[in-house]
Amino acid sequence: MNLLLKIVLRSLLRNRRRSIMTGSAVAAGSLALLLFGGFTHYIFSGLETGNVQRNGHLTVFHSGYFLFGDGNPAAYGISDYRGVMKLIRADPVLQPMINVLTPTQSVVGIAGNFSGAVDASKTFLGIGVIPSDRERMRLWDPYDTRAGQAPETRMVDTQESVGLIGFGMARVLGLCGPLRLQGCPPMPDMSAARDDKSPVNADVLDLANRDTTAQAGTTIDSPQIQLLAATADGAPNVVSLMVAGVERQGVRELDDNYVIMNLPLAQQLVYGRGEHKVTGIVLQLERTSQMPAARARLATLIRQHRLPLEIRDFSDLNPFYGQVVRLFSGIFLFIALVMGMIVLFAVVNTMTMNVMERTNEIGTTRALGVRRSGIRRQFLLEGMLTGVIGAAIGSLLAIVVSLAVNHAGLTWIPPGNAQAIPLRVDVLGEPGLIIGAWLGLVLVATLAALLPANRAARLSVVDALRHV
Amino acid sequence: MATLSQAHPGPGSPANVVSLSRVSKIYRVGSTDVKALAGITMAIPSNRFSIVIGASGSGKTTLLNLIGCIDAPTDGTVEVCGESVTQLRDDALADFRARNIGFIFQNFSLVPVLTAYENVEYPLMLLGMTASPRRLRAMAMLEAVGLAEHAHRFPNELSGGQKQRVAIARALVKRPTLVLADEPTANLDSATGASIITLMRQIQAELKTTFIFASHDAQLISHADDIFAIRDGTLLEHRVETRQ
Repeated sequence: MNLLLKIVLRSLLRNRRRSIMTGSAVAAGSLALLLFGGFTHYIFSGLETGNVQRNGHLTVFHSGYFLFGDGNPAAYGISDYRGVMKLIRADPVLQPMINVLTPTQSVVGIAGNFSGAVDASKTFLGIGVIPSDRERMRLWDPYDTRAGQAPETRMVDTQESVGLIGFGMARVLGLCGPLRLQGCPPMPDMSAARDDKSPVNADVLDLANRDTTAQAGTTIDSPQIQLLAATADGAPNVVSLMVAGVERQGVRELDDNYVIMNLPLAQQLVYGRGEHKVTGIVLQLERTSQMPAARARLATLIRQHRLPLEIRDFSDLNPFYGQVVRLFSGIFLFIALVMGMIVLFAVVNTMTMNVMERTNEIGTTRALGVRRSGIRRQFLLEGMLTGVIGAAIGSLLAIVVSLAVNHAGLTWIPPGNAQAIPLRVDVLGEPGLIIGAWLGLVLVATLAALLPANRAARLSVVDALRHV
Repeated sequence: MATLSQAHPGPGSPANVVSLSRVSKIYRVGSTDVKALAGITMAIPSNRFSIVIGASGSGKTTLLNLIGCIDAPTDGTVEVCGESVTQLRDDALADFRARNIGFIFQNFSLVPVLTAYENVEYPLMLLGMTASPRRLRAMAMLEAVGLAEHAHRFPNELSGGQKQRVAIARALVKRPTLVLADEPTANLDSATGASIITLMRQIQAELKTTFIFASHDAQLISHADDIFAIRDGTLLEHRVETRQ
């Protein structure tokens, strides 16, 4: 073994207690960084997965829809959307990247339950989807964040008038009883407050029943609500929706207004007997890393075919994703800075004490012919080795703790989610994080040793030899 | 039989391993200047057992530090092994020390985390010697000082005399032109001190290395070939001992 390394290692062992304390500070820094980094990464993965499962990676809209379409989705429909989808699907660049390509129709209006004893209505935000495509999108989980999620079988392509609503929407419309919802209070009896069934509501019910044919396979017990919206031409239109159940949404405002239905039903509501369009064409890619390439290719296709379309990705559609990423990145940076400072001061303190205690030894080796740079190298190496060993121990501990957490069966409900998901700390899946934290802490420890090492190197040989 | 002589031979002569010309050294202690050496001019002949004597504070250690190139004079020139060292930069001085000068310290100053063998091997590593000859040379030197069987002991496992033997081996293993020893027997009992002096004398005779001591030890003075007496930073006399 190199004599310098031997001196450094044995010096660390000689001051065992001090070296252990300093190494522990480095290890604790590494442990904290990796655990929080692993948790942060898991949150990012979970958020990304949730967003991509719901919204896909990219959505093609009619130009202007993203900024103005919410007020009147019908006015921003994509004509010949099947042609556009065919164009995308046939593109040799996009084809291998696409996991799901599916149209969606947004719709806003009023939902009402005018049947039986209940007479309630409220605004809704609806989305029309192709259930089989939606189910395939829900299976996208490259980070394995939601293992064990039950498949959604209540909506099928063939039952066009069957849909789901938010838990809050079910409560407001008095569907807690018919849908047998746990924890959903029944609507108070308000029959005394009203004289008779509103003639307007009766008309709506009648109109809806005229245009909606009963779907084969729908359970007879499924409650029915009426959805009223303005068509693209501005005329009022109404359809009936057989509510197969609820789909809880993490945000209350959305949960109280949420309706998901089959695409043809949404199109019928928005376009009536006119040309059926869609508001968006969703592309779910095989991997998120393909997004820039897919987006660029889509933009080229749109430009080449002079289509009045625009492209948005899931972070455009859900700014919450970017906000959470920025928030957690900021916290991670803050923790990294704090840990870096702790390691810095611990190593500076230890190395300063080492230099003081070994002043005579420094004088001796300098007298024997060791250059200043040799002394500096020795103490830098000592700081670096403290960092190397401490950070390595911290990394190993972080891996062990993360495995323990991942196998403990813990669950949590992330912000914006309605369902609990497994709590995981993704350390092993992030080799970049492990290497980065390790290198960062080794660098900090080495830099921390620089000051005492320079002080040792600058010592006068005579003064050092005199030091007792 | 002792004879008195002035400067034997004169400064600058090739027979001199050290030449000092009007060398001064002033230390600043607080706001006071302390003159440790006051324009001293002297020459120390090579291949001899020389000793610098003088009262405490007379400038003995300062003189040895300047000769050992671990301190720089305030004024004057110092020539060691035929090379003027006054103008050398720090790295060049370190290299010069590594090649030419061996040190033996009063408090032994062994590297505590290295074994006796590794302490002796250290100067050879600084010279870039390859492993095999380095091992042979270090072990031979330890044998010469009678510590071969203690080669793998750490300094804290050795007695004072054994430590000083290791220090002697370390100083001589690179076969330097010059060995400087500041009070090498001060921390040893008289019997051990005597054996250390005898050992150094034997090695000096065998290797023809110049030894320069700073000491009060009467035993050591009795073994000296040249005695330089200094007082108040000036050379008082240079006495050459002739032995039969």
